[in-house]
Amino acid sequence: MKNIVKIENLSYDYGDHRVLEDINLKVYEDDFLGIIGPNGGGKSTLLKLILGLLVPTQGKIYLFNKSPKEGREFVGYVPQYTLVDRNFPINVEQVVLSGRINHTDFLKRYSEKDRKISNKAMEIMGIQDLSKIQIGKLSGGQLQRVLIARALSTEPRLLLLDEPTSNIDVQAETDFYDFLHELSEKMAIILVTHDTGAISSHVKSIACINKTLHYHGEKNIPPKVFEKLYGCPIELIGHGIPHRVLKEHDD
Amino acid sequence: MVFEYAFFQNAIMAGVLAAIACGIIGSYVVVKRLVFISGGISHAAFGGIGLGLFLGYNPLLVAILFSVFSSSILGIISRKAYQREDTLIGAMWAIGMAFGIFMIYQTPGYVPDLASYLFGNILTVSRQDIFIMLILNIIIGIVVFSRYNEFLAFSFDEEFSEVTNVPVMKTYIILLSLVALTVVILVSVVGIILAMALLTLPAATASLFTNSLKKMIILSLIMGIIYMLLGIGISFLLDQPSGATIVLISGVSYLILLGIKSLILKNN
Repeated sequence: MKNIVKIENLSYDYGDHRVLEDINLKVYEDDFLGIIGPNGGGKSTLLKLILGLLVPTQGKIYLFNKSPKEGREFVGYVPQYTLVDRNFPINVEQVVLSGRINHTDFLKRYSEKDRKISNKAMEIMGIQDLSKIQIGKLSGGQLQRVLIARALSTEPRLLLLDEPTSNIDVQAETDFYDFLHELSEKMAIILVTHDTGAISSHVKSIACINKTLHYHGEKNIPPKVFEKLYGCPIELIGHGIPHRVLKEHDD
Repeated sequence: MVFEYAFFQNAIMAGVLAAIACGIIGSYVVVKRLVFISGGISHAAFGGIGLGLFLGYNPLLVAILFSVFSSSILGIISRKAYQREDTLIGAMWAIGMAFGIFMIYQTPGYVPDLASYLFGNILTVSRQDIFIMLILNIIIGIVVFSRYNEFLAFSFDEEFSEVTNVPVMKTYIILLSLVALTVVILVSVVGIILAMALLTLPAATASLFTNSLKKMIILSLIMGIIYMLLGIGISFLLDQPSGATIVLISGVSYLILLGIKSLILKNN
């Protein structure tokens, strides 16, 4: 099986502060990986490094066997929707189309093909009816679907999601993971979250991150690991959510 | 009739040309939140005016080169500096102004009225100035028209644009350079110090009424022309300074419309 992300001995310093240390990770083309860790644990930094938005202090990252800047054309990125400027005068269709921006002609115009692809993405996300609505008038859940549609319109082979379930209620969260599960048949998915609730039963594999990264493959995490990560015991059982237990970290 | 005088015709043409540039670029300044960095660019442009006067060239032409150069530097340092971006912009702001004053002080002989560059004097606009303004407007129009979707994607979400391989640094510098050109257009109309007002007020007014960037550009262009014509007319009739009158009319209109809109929203 081909690996699409390969991270070797990666460290990253922000100023004098070491945010990530000696990270090693391989992600394969049918993976659905959840990376969990506390706020400030380096999750978003890791995503930005994979996307080539930041340059590693040490170590190497390969994205589709290329550098992150070259490989990211195959990646659909879904940033935290809570960070979007909702006052911006742009409608849903324009946001989704912007996923096609590097396919435009010399006048940066979208082709019929671009429109078809982005319409398909809106259809998958069930937001065709919202296409002419300005983004400030959407609910949080709708806005997030718009951002995923934008990522899908880049025709990605890997979908990267940053904190996709923050501020979403439990039912919406469960539906959302079911939907991602369907998507994961067609592309690899990596999502990062500080939310330990529903995620563990929906993703195929889990990695824990807090400066260092521990990969847990397809099994579950013992409460002790969470204690180490978060500094306090965490309730892992949610209603209707099967509960898994992972092996302990080796060190 | 006053319309027969060349200076008045020039004033009207300058006002309309300035309103067009402000409508287009001001919309980006407002939605991309470039207000503070635009303040830096406009004040740094004064360095170009001073240099032009010292060298004996048309100050507007020198200001074009100078402010495009300084806006590129500002763009680069504001992106590369991990923190205190505002401090660096403030420093460029002051250095540009100080350099302009310094150069004017070095200029031998008669120096034209400094206040007309700081606060504008639309009644002294020459045909040559109008020609420069026209060319700058054409450049702005062509660049924005040919990169509209890229500017939109970039302004809305810079990080996502970078991931989709939009050349974000280049796009940012192009946008700031267009702000610099707009500032040069505004120098003779409202002056360096009041340029910020016309870069923001017509676009801010337009943003009260529309949720589309394209409509915002068109509407703020129209608002800008109305503000300009009212301001020029009133300043001429009452014998008041043109730049300040235009800015006061724009500012008061914006605040009144903002108040009316808030009241309507509250009652709904």
